[in-house]
Amino acid sequence: MAAGIFAVRRDAGGIAVASGLAALILGTLAAVAWQARGLSALQIWDWRAVWFTIWQAALSAALSAILAVPVARALARRRFPGRRALVTLLGAPFILPVIVAIMGLIAVFGRTGAINETLRAIGLGEFSVYGWQGVILAHVFFNLPLSVRLILQGWQSIPVERFRLAESLGFAPADMSRHLERPMLRAVLPGVCLAVFLVCLTSFTVALALGGGPSATTVELAIYQAFRFDFDLGRAAALGLVQIALSLAALLMARHIVAPAAFGAGLDLDRGPAAPRGFHRLADAIAITLATLFLLWPIGAVAVQGLPRIPALPADVWAAALRSIVMALLSALLAAGLCLTLALTIARSNKSWLEAAGMLPLVASPLVLGTGLFILLRGHLSTDDLALPVTVLINAVMALPFGLRALIPAAQTLRADYGRLAESLNMTGMARLRLLTLPRLAAPLGFSSGLAAALAMGDLGVITLFATDQPTLPLKLYQLMNSYRMADASACAVLLMAISFALFWLFDRGGRLA
Amino acid sequence: MLKPTVLTLALLTATSAAAQEKPVLTVYAGDYIASEWGPGPQIEEGFESFCECDLKFVTGDILPRILMEGEKTEADIVFGLNTDVTARARASGLFAPHGQDVSNLSLPVAWQDDIFLPYNWGETAFIYDDTRLENPPASFEELLAAPDDLKIVLQDPRSSISGLALLLWVKAIYGDDAAQAWERLAPKVLTVTKGWSESYGMFTEGEADMVLSYTTSPAYHIAAEDDQSKHAAIFPEGHYFMAELAAQLASTDQPELAQSFMDWILTPDFQKTIPLANWSLPAKLDQDAWPEVMRNLPRPEKTLFYSEDEAEELRKPALDEWLQAFSR
Repeated sequence: MAAGIFAVRRDAGGIAVASGLAALILGTLAAVAWQARGLSALQIWDWRAVWFTIWQAALSAALSAILAVPVARALARRRFPGRRALVTLLGAPFILPVIVAIMGLIAVFGRTGAINETLRAIGLGEFSVYGWQGVILAHVFFNLPLSVRLILQGWQSIPVERFRLAESLGFAPADMSRHLERPMLRAVLPGVCLAVFLVCLTSFTVALALGGGPSATTVELAIYQAFRFDFDLGRAAALGLVQIALSLAALLMARHIVAPAAFGAGLDLDRGPAAPRGFHRLADAIAITLATLFLLWPIGAVAVQGLPRIPALPADVWAAALRSIVMALLSALLAAGLCLTLALTIARSNKSWLEAAGMLPLVASPLVLGTGLFILLRGHLSTDDLALPVTVLINAVMALPFGLRALIPAAQTLRADYGRLAESLNMTGMARLRLLTLPRLAAPLGFSSGLAAALAMGDLGVITLFATDQPTLPLKLYQLMNSYRMADASACAVLLMAISFALFWLFDRGGRLA
Repeated sequence: MLKPTVLTLALLTATSAAAQEKPVLTVYAGDYIASEWGPGPQIEEGFESFCECDLKFVTGDILPRILMEGEKTEADIVFGLNTDVTARARASGLFAPHGQDVSNLSLPVAWQDDIFLPYNWGETAFIYDDTRLENPPASFEELLAAPDDLKIVLQDPRSSISGLALLLWVKAIYGDDAAQAWERLAPKVLTVTKGWSESYGMFTEGEADMVLSYTTSPAYHIAAEDDQSKHAAIFPEGHYFMAELAAQLASTDQPELAQSFMDWILTPDFQKTIPLANWSLPAKLDQDAWPEVMRNLPRPEKTLFYSEDEAEELRKPALDEWLQAFSR
């Protein structure tokens, strides 16, 4: 009895966070539906959008995960100068603001991009980046880094001692793969696929810009239209519900195929598994080179275009940059706190609804979320004052699922490996947090906060709905474009990208140094 | 704990002191209008020079926000609504008459609205670069008959106002045959973007031969970049009219200020700021007073326009036709 009460009290933080999340996301949806006095029926085009959304997200998830495996393996077992920097740098696309990513992809894969120039020069046909293939390309570009990162963490969670043991037993690469790598992949890949699937589910600007037209419509566009053009809140709520149902279905499916991999604790030797030689060495080199080219070339292309004009950017842009940085830092701190609380509780109690609640923000439409909050809070607070705090909150919440994906496995491992030791030492509360939890989880926590900061930096969704006299940097970027100042806009894009990346790097690096 | 409280108090008293000094006129405006590259700063400076007030621009999605806030809105004025979506705004009953004489506006269409006051206007057009496209289509019909490797970028009518204008433009020219027109146009459409800015960026990057924009777009390139290569393809079938509108809210707590702002909009003082900041044509200004670059732009001979009721009625069926043609 007493033990039961004790467990509930210890789980209270996580349960509160998860309930808060569920209440926020489902509550805002309910508020929108209530304001609309019910849900509206979906039209034929909405169902087509649902179908397109599902298959492109599934294909993007499968491709990202499959392509990430050789890259992550190569990065896990090879040591070379600049490897750490490369791992961090490869994460860049995931945190790129959508508009910047589109610029970069078009600079490389567009009709006048380098790839097509080359294809034409050697007499081959053009590759069109417009159409469903463009959507998939962009989604792989965005999500390959996330996948590599998550799978790499999986690889690193196998203690080096295991690889050494395998080596001393004379394991060939194939045996190594069967006994160590495949069980790890079986544990990690469903989560990776799920995360990418959910990200692609809510994609909107990218799908439109590179999709070639209305056949590449996602549910999120339909929500946008319902809000902005039809002001049909009932339809927006119905679509928001469809989006959440899709994600819950995906979540349930993923749960059935996840098998935890138990490798036990090691001594944290950062030497990496002994790498097979010969042909494997070449294959790894190719995997790393191709991934680097694919992920960094578009970013380089944008940088080359925009860098020279950065000094000429007007003062307003810098003020907006500062405002965005402060908001991003607040979002990151909030996200880190929520994420840690939730992940520790999930690791301890294994309640599946907690994890589901943690994943909910991925599929909640920021538009539904923002509008719902707006409806709930108006009358209590001035909407002007709400714009910035609400944006900070929503950004923190939107980044949670990614942080959780990185933190939950680490928290589970921590609990499995050191939980009993800590309990036998009667180590609880702040002491346990300071001496055991934070040091052991610093790396994934730094990564999560970095992601949250960077994603908040590039977000444009909510703030335009709330309206403000204090624009953020992404808003400035659009204002420049809308005033025809495309060259300044590309400089602004580089600035945005540089800040997002610097924030991510600082947190991520900080986490790994701790 | 003390410090933040003191700071907050200081800030609060500072703002309320300022508010006591000068009344605030809150203007909800489209995103780009209030940016320092739009007409906003000049409008703010101009009005504050005589109003004894503080004009505050609040930018964002105007219409959804106003509809959500209803009568509790803090807005005194909305600035930047578009002609094709006013039916819903009017139906909300939130707006008050502007009280201006609109009989002699410099618009190509007759304007009789007593609530929504146009401050600028333009027409939809496809923009091309003569260094890349030497023989642009000379009519809408020629555009539809052009080879499929002529690539154009459009905006989605479900997410952008210019995309919606294109729907109505095609409807105005082709009427019941609009569906066939879309089917002929579809193979030439490189891609469709969420908003105007993404499209125009793709065009200036050289990705597409033509982009859906406005007849006044070349003026920016000429005036600000000294680039003479961008032109609007002028079609004899006519071009679709678009104007941006201002209106005052009936619920305003500053009725006199709001009225004096509305009174100011059609004055030459205000109108002169429009062409080179908004890159569109002024709603009431003699042509001799336009900047040279705007005067010299080729103008379509025929202007097409739907009343807001027609536009509202046509929107859904026209959208269905468009979706149908593009999903083949």
